Amino acid sequence: MWSFLKNLFKEKSPKKVVETPIHTTPLSEDQLEGVSKASVQIRPPQFIIGTGQSVGMQRDHNEDTLFTFSSVLGEGTNDLPFGICIIADGMGGHKNGEIASGVAVRVISKFLINKVYLRFLELHHEPMEESIQETIQHAVSEAQRAVLRYAPGGGTTLTCALMLGEQITVAHVGDSRGYFIYADGRIQKITKDHSLVQRMIEIGEITEFEAQSHPQKNVLLRALGQNDPVRPDVQTFQFPKGGYLLLCTDGLWGLVSDNDIYRIVTSNPDESKACHELIELANSNGGPDNVSVILCSSRGM
Amino acid sequence: MFAGGNLDTKSITQPLDNESGGYLQLSSGTILTNRYQIQDVIGIGGMGSVYRARDLHFPNVVKLVAVKEMINQSPDTSVRDTIVKNFEREANILVTLNHPSIPRIFDFFTHEERSYLVMELIFGKDLEAILKSTLDPIREDQVILWAIEVCDVLEYLHTHRPEPIIFRDIKPQNLMVNQQNHIVIVDFGIAKIFKSGQKGTMIGTEGYSPPEQYRGEATFQTDIYALGATMHHLLTRRDPRLEAPFSFGDRPIRSINTNVSVELDSIITKALCYKPEDRFQFVTEMKMALIALAQKTGALSKVASGKLVIQEQIVKPVWTFKCEDEIRGSATVEANTVYVGAYDNNLYAVDAAKGQFKWKHAVDGGVISKPLFTNGNLYFGSEDGKLYAIQAANGKKLWDYQTEGPIRCSPKMAEGHIFIGSDDFNFYAINTSTYQKSWFIHTEGAVRSTPFLTSDLIYFGTEGNEFICADYRGQVKWRFWAKRPITSSPIVADGIVYFSSVDSNLYALDARTGWVIWRFRMAKGSVTNPLCVEGNIIIGSADGFLYCVEKSSAREVWRFKSEHQVSGSPLLYNDGLYFGAADGSFYCVDQKTGRQRWKFITGGAITGTPVGMNDLIYIGSTDMELYAFTA
Repeated sequence: MWSFLKNLFKEKSPKKVVETPIHTTPLSEDQLEGVSKASVQIRPPQFIIGTGQSVGMQRDHNEDTLFTFSSVLGEGTNDLPFGICIIADGMGGHKNGEIASGVAVRVISKFLINKVYLRFLELHHEPMEESIQETIQHAVSEAQRAVLRYAPGGGTTLTCALMLGEQITVAHVGDSRGYFIYADGRIQKITKDHSLVQRMIEIGEITEFEAQSHPQKNVLLRALGQNDPVRPDVQTFQFPKGGYLLLCTDGLWGLVSDNDIYRIVTSNPDESKACHELIELANSNGGPDNVSVILCSSRGM
Repeated sequence: MFAGGNLDTKSITQPLDNESGGYLQLSSGTILTNRYQIQDVIGIGGMGSVYRARDLHFPNVVKLVAVKEMINQSPDTSVRDTIVKNFEREANILVTLNHPSIPRIFDFFTHEERSYLVMELIFGKDLEAILKSTLDPIREDQVILWAIEVCDVLEYLHTHRPEPIIFRDIKPQNLMVNQQNHIVIVDFGIAKIFKSGQKGTMIGTEGYSPPEQYRGEATFQTDIYALGATMHHLLTRRDPRLEAPFSFGDRPIRSINTNVSVELDSIITKALCYKPEDRFQFVTEMKMALIALAQKTGALSKVASGKLVIQEQIVKPVWTFKCEDEIRGSATVEANTVYVGAYDNNLYAVDAAKGQFKWKHAVDGGVISKPLFTNGNLYFGSEDGKLYAIQAANGKKLWDYQTEGPIRCSPKMAEGHIFIGSDDFNFYAINTSTYQKSWFIHTEGAVRSTPFLTSDLIYFGTEGNEFICADYRGQVKWRFWAKRPITSSPIVADGIVYFSSVDSNLYALDARTGWVIWRFRMAKGSVTNPLCVEGNIIIGSADGFLYCVEKSSAREVWRFKSEHQVSGSPLLYNDGLYFGAADGSFYCVDQKTGRQRWKFITGGAITGTPVGMNDLIYIGSTDMELYAFTA
């Protein structure tokens, strides 16, 4: 069995992967286990997170904010890895843009660490009154209130992932994106852009291709600090086995193709290096905007 | 009149209250500019609060006013100055307006980071509150009368000199109905003023705003669209903020509320066209169309009475099989035989294709348990407290195991054990080769929920409100407490366990840890089992609905209204959902849309789950019959 798995793993040379079309037949759980990094049994289960950020080639200051947090509490029977990844892209053109993204990220991460993480460290923790999805909704409302207060007129996108064991709950507003990258080569976008062009594509007014160069492609339908009350999309997913979570601002997804994202992520054994390469590529493709990226893999789950 | 230069802004005489809402709210008793005494908070917005205040310049009478506050905490001083300037310019425009549907402005002033607008206090309710206070859509004639008044005030604004004014934020929340049932528009332009005006950030209220407003354009058609969106919301109760933008075309008014006339539908549809040039060019045109419609109310009522009648397909069972007492449980089909228990103390074996009797096995109590077929044997529990093992071919008994209470739970098998709960508050693991229990878990209530087994864990609920996750050694890994009993049998999919409770919630818990991922609230409790279909969970409730809920977000995809409590659990067969209700109805509903395909009325309540095989669907009823239908 072991040699079979190893052979399977070896056969998947990086070059071959590049040629693999993105949409392939999903592998079975067993096969996935074989090609995933977790084929070496890592204990306790944990999240490994890399990040990258750049002002880009054409802007003079950065309006993006990112935050990550990863914790392991190993005690043998009930190991529970915990993680937070947040990315926010401030807008507004004046100072309040960068203030908005910074305010939103600080408020939401503090809220989640207080309400979820610190509670989990209590010796006798009472069951939570709220569900995870209600808690993250609540965190976004707090962030919204803070943006209206400290950065009036400014706005920000927000994509926030809260990871508890193998369940990952994502709150999302705006046009930053979350992707799952599976061990078998699939890339799945898990967030929906709240942008005018996305909506126009849906109702058939324009095509995907036209959207890329549409003059209104930066117009958002929803952003923190702009619509009150804010309505984030909140969804829970199972972390892809042996795969990755990638969060990024539009400075990355507008310039680096899904194929390149997959190639860079899977050919780099180190998450931070992969983020660095992704940003290099966005910048060498023009780098018109700030770029932020977070890459997270799970081990031992 | 008031004077901007004559403001005594130092007279905030009371300390600020730091408790509520994340920003400092003025406490009651605070006096602003020696004149306005704060009484109460009447509304909270993103930028500050709205207060009711007494005007102290009228000491002998109580004159009440509304004071709207805007807290400007931008750290950038130049931004702050711009915001204050915009505020004062807009207040100067408002002050010149004179229309019965616009509140009068008495005063405005700025103190440090706070700006205040003092205006006429409207006694009444906004349309959003009115909509919330009832369960029905607003009547057509009422909507027409209000809409005419909104058109009237928009006409006034759109023809304002020297510059026309576009309201930009028509929505139910901004339309008050005063005590004389007249419309007053509130929150006038304030939301707009405090936007930075930067390109790419100008947005109105999602759902009510037209496409061009997202591009920063505002024309007469902007207000016309928002009024159409508001009328659509009032008549359908479908909140456009919860739907995709510009998606009114996907939910025609008359498909939701058949009482709305074709004429009104077409007026609203025209107001909601995607392209501004396809809408009414001037609000006057829309007003004339509404008045014309209101004048022929006689014709209106005739149209409204035409109810949409859905013709029910006539369905007949392929065969029926009669027991001697009620069938309350679920059947199992295996090898062309249907096995079903009844309250006449028998387990029956019936030919699956023709409905002919094969054999029966008598026990000492009614059988509600769904028989488990494995390796040629059948396992089931009975009201007499025993778990029975019999041969499926002929009904001959193999062995039994006695518990201390009736068994209403259905057995499951794994690792050489039968797992079953009893009304004696215990959950048992019974070894199938020694016929002895290997272990049991004592719980806080009867165990009627059928366990769900994964490769390493066991999940079930109890009548004692608890939900238990245990391993195969009988060690409880975690417990979760609902507020009422959990009779529903859980399912696990993608690391999440789903079940419902009599406390009216459908729960999604992380299967490893028991953390609550989400809760979906129904109007009444549920004892039925959830069903996982593609990315959705289907669940029935005593509130009469069968719900389809998205697994990842708990968002409702559709709901089907039956005529009674949904007491039976659903089955998916091909793309149809089959389930029974407490009034005896057996439904087939389209899985994608939640629309009824057919209904058959049995003579008694249905509490079991149907089972399907070879294009036949089997269901038992408390009218003592077992039915077979073509799928």
